[in-house]
Amino acid sequence: MTTSALRDLVTRHPGQPDKEPFLEVVDLRVHFPTDDGLVKSVDGLSFALDRGRTLGIVGESGSGKSVTSLAIMGLHTRPASEQKRPGAQLSGEIYLEGDELLGKTPEYVRGLRGKRMAMIFQDPLSAMNPYYTVGHQIIEAYRIHNPVNKKVARQHAIDMLGRVGIPEPSRRVDAYPHQFSGGMRQRAMIAMALSCDPELLIADEPTTALDVTVQAQILDLIRDLQSEFNSAVVLITHDLGVVAELADDVLVMYAGRAVEYGSADLLFNRPAHPYTWGLLGSIPRFDRTQTERLLAIQGTPPSLINVPPGCPFHPRCDYATRNEGRSEEVRPELTPVEPGHTVACHLSQTDREEIWQQEIVPKL
Amino acid sequence: MNQSRSWRARGLAAVGISAALLLAACGGGGPGGEQGPTTQAGASGFNAGSTTVVNPSDKKGGTLKFANEGDWDTLDPGETYYAYSWNFSRLYGRSLMMFKSAPGKEGNQLVPDLAEGPGQASSDAKTWTYKLRQGVKFDDGTEVTSADVKYAVLRSTDKQTFPNGPAYWEGQLDLPSGYKGPYKTPNMNTDSAIETPDKYTIVFHTKKPFAAFDYLAQQPNTMPVPQDKDTGAKYRNTIVSTGPYKFENLQPGKSFNLVRNDQWDPATDPNRKALPDRIEVTLNVNPDDIDNRLISGDLDVAVTALGVQPAAQSRVLQDPTLKENADNPLAARNWYTSINPTVAPLNNIECRKAIMYAMDHTGYQTAYGGQFAGGDLATTILPPNIPGHTAFDLYPAGPDNKGDVEAAKKSLEACGQPNGFETNIAYRAERPKEKATAEAFQQALSRVGIKLALKPYPQGDYFSSYAGNPPYVVKNKLGLALNGWAADWPDGFGFLSQIVDSRVIRPAGGSSNTSVRIPEVDQMLDTALTELDTDRRNQMWGEIDKRVMEEAVIYPGVYSKTLLVRSKNATNIFVTDAYGEYDYLGLGAQK
Amino acid sequence: MFAYIVRRLLWAVLLLIVLSMVTFSIFYLIPRLAGASPETLAARYVGRAATPETVHLTAERLGLLDPVPVQYWNWIKGVFTGAEYDYGAGVETCPAPCFGYSFITRQAVWPELLDRAPVTISLVVGASLIWLIAGVTVGVISALRRGTVFDRGAMGVALAGVSLPIFFTGLVALAFFSYRLGITAPGGQFVPFSENPALWAYSLLLPWITLSFLFAAQYARLTRAGMLETMSEDYIRTARAKGLAERKVILKHALRGALTPVVTIFGLDVGLLLGGAVLTEKTFSLNGLGKYGYDAIVQGDLPKILGVTLVAGFFVIIANLIVDLLYGVIDPRVRLE
Repeated sequence: MTTSALRDLVTRHPGQPDKEPFLEVVDLRVHFPTDDGLVKSVDGLSFALDRGRTLGIVGESGSGKSVTSLAIMGLHTRPASEQKRPGAQLSGEIYLEGDELLGKTPEYVRGLRGKRMAMIFQDPLSAMNPYYTVGHQIIEAYRIHNPVNKKVARQHAIDMLGRVGIPEPSRRVDAYPHQFSGGMRQRAMIAMALSCDPELLIADEPTTALDVTVQAQILDLIRDLQSEFNSAVVLITHDLGVVAELADDVLVMYAGRAVEYGSADLLFNRPAHPYTWGLLGSIPRFDRTQTERLLAIQGTPPSLINVPPGCPFHPRCDYATRNEGRSEEVRPELTPVEPGHTVACHLSQTDREEIWQQEIVPKL
Repeated sequence: MNQSRSWRARGLAAVGISAALLLAACGGGGPGGEQGPTTQAGASGFNAGSTTVVNPSDKKGGTLKFANEGDWDTLDPGETYYAYSWNFSRLYGRSLMMFKSAPGKEGNQLVPDLAEGPGQASSDAKTWTYKLRQGVKFDDGTEVTSADVKYAVLRSTDKQTFPNGPAYWEGQLDLPSGYKGPYKTPNMNTDSAIETPDKYTIVFHTKKPFAAFDYLAQQPNTMPVPQDKDTGAKYRNTIVSTGPYKFENLQPGKSFNLVRNDQWDPATDPNRKALPDRIEVTLNVNPDDIDNRLISGDLDVAVTALGVQPAAQSRVLQDPTLKENADNPLAARNWYTSINPTVAPLNNIECRKAIMYAMDHTGYQTAYGGQFAGGDLATTILPPNIPGHTAFDLYPAGPDNKGDVEAAKKSLEACGQPNGFETNIAYRAERPKEKATAEAFQQALSRVGIKLALKPYPQGDYFSSYAGNPPYVVKNKLGLALNGWAADWPDGFGFLSQIVDSRVIRPAGGSSNTSVRIPEVDQMLDTALTELDTDRRNQMWGEIDKRVMEEAVIYPGVYSKTLLVRSKNATNIFVTDAYGEYDYLGLGAQK
Repeated sequence: MFAYIVRRLLWAVLLLIVLSMVTFSIFYLIPRLAGASPETLAARYVGRAATPETVHLTAERLGLLDPVPVQYWNWIKGVFTGAEYDYGAGVETCPAPCFGYSFITRQAVWPELLDRAPVTISLVVGASLIWLIAGVTVGVISALRRGTVFDRGAMGVALAGVSLPIFFTGLVALAFFSYRLGITAPGGQFVPFSENPALWAYSLLLPWITLSFLFAAQYARLTRAGMLETMSEDYIRTARAKGLAERKVILKHALRGALTPVVTIFGLDVGLLLGGAVLTEKTFSLNGLGKYGYDAIVQGDLPKILGVTLVAGFFVIIANLIVDLLYGVIDPRVRLE
């Protein structure tokens, strides 16, 4: 495997069977039938990730980031009980070390959850059960997959809390989630997720609910733990700043699809998609003076029921007129702009570089 | 559901009939059959129990189950004042006289019980002497003496301790002034009222002639009470029995049982068969549940005998097998309406007659529930099952009983109100039947131009504050007031004294008599009470009835009837006219 | 915590005193203000042939001739110090707490309340367990099978349960199960638990089921709504993400949250019913507090009304206190610091 775990092709490369990535998602589609029509939350997404590396998935709300992570975790099939949202329709393939998960029974996937793959959720207050102590919830997570008695599990929970940097873990283990601060709760959440040494960690907006200093601490923690456990990490966020901190590779999602995919270095240095430019321009920076305006993306995210034809971004794109109407008609596929960097955009290489240099860079 | 019940019912009916045939065969076999029932052997079918004995039997043993939908008013013989309770009290107590345990009219006969014979009256009907049977014992084995009877009567006159009891004794007996009963005035000499010259003789002295004294003597008030066992208001829970049964496991407000009293000697008692071994009584039972259990055979007697609830009523009347096991006796009760001559223009007798004629009599009956649940059309005050009842109809309501509009119009003209007038009709707001009756009046009377306004009042204060309060009646022009009365005992005096005697009307209110103020009738009542000949006296009650009706101050509505379900387990079932209920003394049990 | 309970109990006593004053006023004072004389009030407690003298004597015996505040004072004094009662043949001492004597049956009220409380308690304990278990189970299954035949059927039955009056369901149940099939006890049966637990349960089975039918329906709906709410909580997703089996997710994580409102209502319902399950007791002729109170009101038996009102008030207040304390146990977020 190359240092960049990037694949330029949509499907797995048949010529490299020995270089099988740890996690690979191929042409994933997650559709939700509703009364108003079919919501295509994820519509043909592919990516791959190796152990020890971090993939950042970036995009606005509703772009399909979280739906993707829930699909990997196998958490979509359950809500059949809710009549108004019957279960999601999933297609495509998800490989965990060569093991295709979508074809497996829910019970099989459940056995992997928490043990081989774990998840950290966005809002640790609502994501932890308020009726049970933090320790209880960690012990529960541990004992699902490890046949140990409560005492051992409790010691493990205390160890985990200590490892994620919670002071006096043997005392705090008996506290309830509401008795923790936001950052502490997120640490506890991480302790719970890592309690079984998962090989894949999905962090869904792990820092969104936290203030900036705590945010940095949590990101440091994830980084440290990752190197310690050598896990593969999927970091889901709408914040490119967070991605820049942590990710090796970056996947930019728009309307359920990847619009740009590449190693973090390449993508941050030479972003190729107008949507990515917009995201970069939205990052507030302290070194910028008040008079300079943010480079905001105009308009609103598209409906996932009636995705615009052609390039789904074209109604919001300033440069969609430069392709003789192809943007309105032809859906752009991911194509390499350089090794380890693909983009789904109709702009010609020349146009793209010109716009980047002349219009975008000065505003960033 | 229906199928199984009707099968069981039919089976039972079949058993009843064959038993009857068997008994009839035995009784008819020869003059030597001394075991034959004293009454004619049992017919069956709808209302058979009102006149004959259904399932006659002399078999001893078994258990009867009674239920009361409320609490017993009180079991204390000195205070109880309900017909069903008097009927029932004969099981555990013996008064001087009693109503014969016999079906129909025969049940109206007074027979000596604790006494050897009827009271011996002085010629002025003011002194009454009874001789007690010897050898009658309390359930603790002590012999009953005349002193126990005297004490029982005297204690019942203490109206602070026994406010619910009948008020005849202190009203009639010649008690010394200031006498407040044996508790508060224990040392006062009461010989002016009751003398006990020896252990077996008791002599009563009344203030005024009281020719119907034997009727007083049948009241439970004369059931002996041993003074050393008397606990006043609490005696109701510790009653000492003199009858064939005594109390067991009495739980106030819940239940009690009657079991055999081994001190009761049948040789001293010609009146009681005492068939069942045991009678279990449950109190405060849901009335609808009582009906269901009666019909299913789980229960034998609804002791208050008010008739089944409306839900069961239609079921019983519509299902032939249920109906043939039901009885529909007359209760000694008249649901009538007072026509108040104190309210103009009803001070004119012609205007009162107009109401008598104009009312739709069948409408009255319908309002009370029709011929089975309501009763028969009444044309007199005294119901037919009361001795002294004389049949007459002074105000015929037309061939279809829907009122005689022409006669009513003529009366209105004679009254000087040819176009009618306006007045009000009072009724008890809690009673839907009274409301329906008031509406029937309103409708029928409007045919001749008499306009009625409905005036509902709360029943708790109906007589004390409203319809029985003379100044209120005048002030609020309550021309008509719904009313009703049941006999204290089946006798003209027992029925009429509280409703036609003008002297019971109290200016402050509270009397059931609201409209009858006829000095001549007061006179007639007093005269009747001096008449020692029962037949003559009964005839006089009928004359009083007629005299009141001539004044058109009472509109007799219906002679009340009740729908009773016969027990499947009980034997010897019959209704006694004395109470208009099954005779609880006569009942036996199959098992 | 201890101080909190003591403070709540003191409030309870105060509340009961206020309750007694209000009840007393409704039955003793307001009729007087409306113009009724002591004799008018006493007229309800005498026989139909009573003379004015009898009525007056009765008013005197019942203490109705005293000014109303004096009557109240005498009554409250009786509760704390006992009272004396003239029953004709002598004077009886009614030991504290003396809630007076029935105007009609002449029985002391307090022993009757004590006598009847086990009936109501037995009825309510049994029925509440049934309706809690049945209601919550049906509610959980309905929530998980939302929109299925089971859900629609169960919610239909629940609606019927809430809508059908107990005097109807009770009588139908009695007629069918007790009198037709003979598998349950007839109405009016009660065997104390201490005497024979099996008969106790047998005699109360039908009232339990009938009463619980009424409440189970409500609890099923409540649980279903609560479950639907908690099942969409983030922490349910977390529990699943841990790899927890679905059964445990539901029973341990989802139900816990859904039960908070159920427990609150349960406490209040049980408290209210302990003061008397009037309709059930009437339908099944059970001599419990509810029937006692109902009969007392029908007969205008004031001391009984006062007694049963205070007992009912006591149960409601205690139930409220227990619910508040239980709240902290169930939901650590409202636990008292």
